[in-house]
Amino acid sequence: MSVDQWLAVSQADADRRGLPALKPLLETLARMTSTLRAADFNERADGSKP
Amino acid sequence: MISIEEFGKRWRAREISSEQATGECLQRIEAGNPRLNAFIAVLADEARRQARAADRELAAGHDRGALHGVPISVKDLLDMRGLPTTAASRVRDGHVADRDAPAIAHLRQAGAVIVGKTNLHEFAFGTTSEDSAYGPVRNPFDPLRSPGGSSGGSAASVAAGMALASIGSDTGGSIRIPAAACGIVGLKPSFGEVSCDGVVPLSRTLDHVGPLTQTVADAALLYHVLLGDVAAVAPPPMPVSGLRLAVARPYFCDLLDDEVRARFDEALDRLRSAGARIADIEIHHAADIAAVYMHISFADAAAYHAITLDTMPERYTEPVRLRLEMTRYVLAEDYVRAMNGRDVLRREVDAALAQHDALLLPTLPIPAPPIGAASVPVGRSSEPVRSMMLRLTQLFNMTGHPAISVPMGHTAAGLPCGMQLVGCRAQTDALLRVALACEIHVKGELTQTA
Repeated sequence: MSVDQWLAVSQADADRRGLPALKPLLETLARMTSTLRAADFNERADGSKP
Repeated sequence: MISIEEFGKRWRAREISSEQATGECLQRIEAGNPRLNAFIAVLADEARRQARAADRELAAGHDRGALHGVPISVKDLLDMRGLPTTAASRVRDGHVADRDAPAIAHLRQAGAVIVGKTNLHEFAFGTTSEDSAYGPVRNPFDPLRSPGGSSGGSAASVAAGMALASIGSDTGGSIRIPAAACGIVGLKPSFGEVSCDGVVPLSRTLDHVGPLTQTVADAALLYHVLLGDVAAVAPPPMPVSGLRLAVARPYFCDLLDDEVRARFDEALDRLRSAGARIADIEIHHAADIAAVYMHISFADAAAYHAITLDTMPERYTEPVRLRLEMTRYVLAEDYVRAMNGRDVLRREVDAALAQHDALLLPTLPIPAPPIGAASVPVGRSSEPVRSMMLRLTQLFNMTGHPAISVPMGHTAAGLPCGMQLVGCRAQTDALLRVALACEIHVKGELTQTA
């Protein structure tokens, strides 16, 4: 799941649970997740690097 | 306010009694706690009883060691038998601890006098101590500002003379941050040295227990007692001349308040003048620290709080509840990526310390922020308070290296600054010896204004 897909699903879930105030926090987490996934210490099954 | 060392000398010379010192702390609590809100529970009667018992033991020739008769406070995150451990949350209503946490048991064996349990950021999940079921803690230097957190009540209690020292916990900086914001010393020992059993967890792989004190020597004494070494003596300082110190400027000095930067550079100059050698080094993956930390700490917090978030959400303060809800959205694959990143960062800090006695960096990049502020000016930009508070401390919770915050002067407005010294893993005593040597050079004039 891409970060954008994850964010859309998570924000929809926050709405469904009656927690709209959570949505900006999830955007912050999404930015951090993008940073994490872009780090060069990540491994990929095909042997390539981020 | 006297240090533990000074109290011990005067107590053993019969110039002061534990009952007198404890009574003075209790008087300051009674006078100052309505303003600072540092304590959730004050144990006045029990503390006086413990103090009288200590005085009687000394008179009978039974001296337990450096902590005997010393009035201290304890963060209300640690279990004390027969008392609630509130974690500053209504979620814990009705809880009563059935045994002492090992850290508390060691304090009792050492004869310490526990004057009360201190306020904190709810469940230690924050760095300002303003989100608490018992109301915000206020900074003794300016009650409109945060004392830092999450061990904010512990730091405020020591800075305001309500206890000679305190015990806190540190998951991302929660001992060092309030120590810096309140102008005292805060030690996060090497990971795993001090037991976290009986301590309400935030993240079991990041949590540490340690002391908040007025001096490095006191931190050394209390650290050893927390290890179970009741008859502890402070280690000798290393000579400053010849110390091999390192500063990592990229990332760690990129975003600093102008006055914090000035105090840091002045302290480095004083250390150089005293003969220390200071090299520049780099932590290559420093830009990834916040992302790695967030995914590890969030996943751990989510596991601990999931059931109560579902069953009693109204018992959390709203800001903490919302942020804990956020933690539940971390994906397993990202948690694993973060754990890989943690290993990389640990190796990089190990490598940075291979040729040096300690790393030096500011503890907090900003002075204590106003209570309620979401962002603060840093240079020409506005930065989120939360990320700024954690920015320079959270790395060493992930890597497990011991780190200590030492007072480093103050701003023109009288707000304290702190320098952080970081040592090799499992070598907390060696770090303390470096900090003992550096303390006088790092420290500036500090006047409490409130």
